Amino acid sequence: MSTTRFRPFRRFRPACAVLAVLAAVAGCSSTGGLRAEHARSQAAAAGGSAVTTPRWKIAMVTHAGAGDAFWDTVRKGAEQAAAKDNITFLYSNDAQTQNQVQLVQAAIDQKVDGLLVTLAKGDALGDVLGKAKAAGIPVITVNSGQEYSARFGALTHIGQDESTAGQAAGTELAGRGRKNVLCVIHEQGNVGQEQRCSGAQSKAGGAFQVLYVDGVNMPDARAAVSAKLQADPAIDTVLTLSGPMAATGLQAIQDARRPVELDTFDLGTQVVAGLKSGSVGFAVDQQPYLQGYEGVDLLWLYRSNLDMLGGGKPVLTGPQILTRDDADALAEYVARGTR
Amino acid sequence: MSTTDLLVQDRPAALRRVLARPELGALIAAAAVFLVFAAVAEPFLRVSSLGTVLYAASTIGIMAVPVSLLMIGGEFDLSAGVLVTTAALTSSMVSYQLTAVTWVGVLVSLLVTLAVGGFNGWMLSRTKLPSFIVTLGTFLMLTGANLGVTKLVSGTVSTKPISDMEGFGACRWLFASEVTVCGLTIKATVWWWLGLLLVGSWVLLRTRFGNWIFAVGGDAAAARAVGVPVARTKTVLYLGVGFGAWVLGQHLLFSFDTVQSGEGVGNELIYIVAAVIGGCLITGGYGSVVGSALGALIFGMASKGIIYAQWNPDWFKFFLGAMLLLAALLNTFVKRRAERGPR
Repeated sequence: MSTTRFRPFRRFRPACAVLAVLAAVAGCSSTGGLRAEHARSQAAAAGGSAVTTPRWKIAMVTHAGAGDAFWDTVRKGAEQAAAKDNITFLYSNDAQTQNQVQLVQAAIDQKVDGLLVTLAKGDALGDVLGKAKAAGIPVITVNSGQEYSARFGALTHIGQDESTAGQAAGTELAGRGRKNVLCVIHEQGNVGQEQRCSGAQSKAGGAFQVLYVDGVNMPDARAAVSAKLQADPAIDTVLTLSGPMAATGLQAIQDARRPVELDTFDLGTQVVAGLKSGSVGFAVDQQPYLQGYEGVDLLWLYRSNLDMLGGGKPVLTGPQILTRDDADALAEYVARGTR
Repeated sequence: MSTTDLLVQDRPAALRRVLARPELGALIAAAAVFLVFAAVAEPFLRVSSLGTVLYAASTIGIMAVPVSLLMIGGEFDLSAGVLVTTAALTSSMVSYQLTAVTWVGVLVSLLVTLAVGGFNGWMLSRTKLPSFIVTLGTFLMLTGANLGVTKLVSGTVSTKPISDMEGFGACRWLFASEVTVCGLTIKATVWWWLGLLLVGSWVLLRTRFGNWIFAVGGDAAAARAVGVPVARTKTVLYLGVGFGAWVLGQHLLFSFDTVQSGEGVGNELIYIVAAVIGGCLITGGYGSVVGSALGALIFGMASKGIIYAQWNPDWFKFFLGAMLLLAALLNTFVKRRAERGPR
């Protein structure tokens, strides 16, 4: 036990006190930050459900990887609708096929009153959805796999037709006179992403190539895109397939030091800022908030009133082409996490 | 009366033998995890849920058997996760491209996974590089090959459906069928898992080869000095991992019909986790096959229990990591107490 211990706070107690007060006074930002967010959310939150239907339980099982901004927005929409419709909402996700199938099975085991499933892995979920049907659980498919939806006995599909969205992007690219497009796929094995790129390719008119990157390893993806831009000086447009990848694409374009336009599917803070500043040409949005919100809401309508939208066809939430004109309104909603 | 009191008193030799088993820590951990979820999650105790948990455990357990044997033999295999995907892709594409009965793809797939296992073992013995490095290389190569070859052959990143081909039904029965007994659905993987478990455990504990596994994992130089064929033993262990990957790969193919080429990455660590929770030492020479099954069971209970308990799945990996640490700590604690012997 030493007697000469160094006790900085005891020794300089007055100085520390002064510093702490100074930090408290001078350190407050009068704009932004958590306080502003609280004020915003308090203003926005109505709270409580708007209906008197029983408390049903709805599960949503997605193929999302961990910590994905897009899926967080889907989840927000679903939670908002669940709060309004007096529903217990259970969310789970896994990027690996077998794990997603097991999660769907776990939801069926829990005897949920409704099920929202993404079908990015197509055929693999056929069996387990058959089990949901056998258990009498109404299923709505969301976001991806609309070609499987009816075959697996789902009530309807909510989402964007990826080929159509791809073609919309391709048409827009052609209209902007883009000659040589690099389409960046960041989720291997996601059929929808393949369809976006091939849809864009079918309408873009100019040269078109696809690059695979690892969407969960952004530094690596950034390096891959910028290396490609340096290796191929003819590329004049990078087309990314998600908000976060768009941000990475913008960084890669800066790294490559070439005047390349970035266009993207989906939104994000940086995408909206890019739309505003002109570094992003356009965004093709599928409105993830709407997918989660409508998913829960349609299941609620089905349970409470046997209603179903779509007339046997998918309920489309996109493509919605967003440009510089929409940037101001979008900025607020993106900050809120609902776009 | 706590276990520690029990452990430090004079005990009969039989009891001491029980306490010195590598599986004991895993058994206690498995019981603890079961009780936690039984207490907090009402759906967890339903019969149908048990089937789901067993299935989840079996898809890890099938690989945890050969991986635990390999770890007792003192080596790693980081390519085990993507090798499962390789097995499924190979089987699917060979059958489809040759328009052959699905058994052809199944057999070719077995040859491919055994070849990869053999390559790992051969590289290890010829280069004297650590297995961590060798199999890391294999892992990356397979990850790339899975995507590259699939894209080359099928034109997309996933394989084409083969469910309308001859032999699919029989293969499905073998690898992916299910039996429902009083509401409990048991998938084919559970039987495969049990079979591999029995064979693996028998080999480890009752055969000369099992002694060799312990010997090469404990001290390879000493084992070589007493005439154990070290290189051959380790190569056979890698072939075992290849076999396990083949079984699980066929299951994925015949239960899901299509295979995504990018999957399987990261699962190799989960197999290692199951083996370590089950009492395998990371340094080799100690462990058990039955323990790996308990590890897989803990993993299955935790991964699905979190869903049944309706906890936020964002935290899943956190719980898993904490559980791994706790189980491993419990293992070493029990092992140390047991080794101390009577006072």
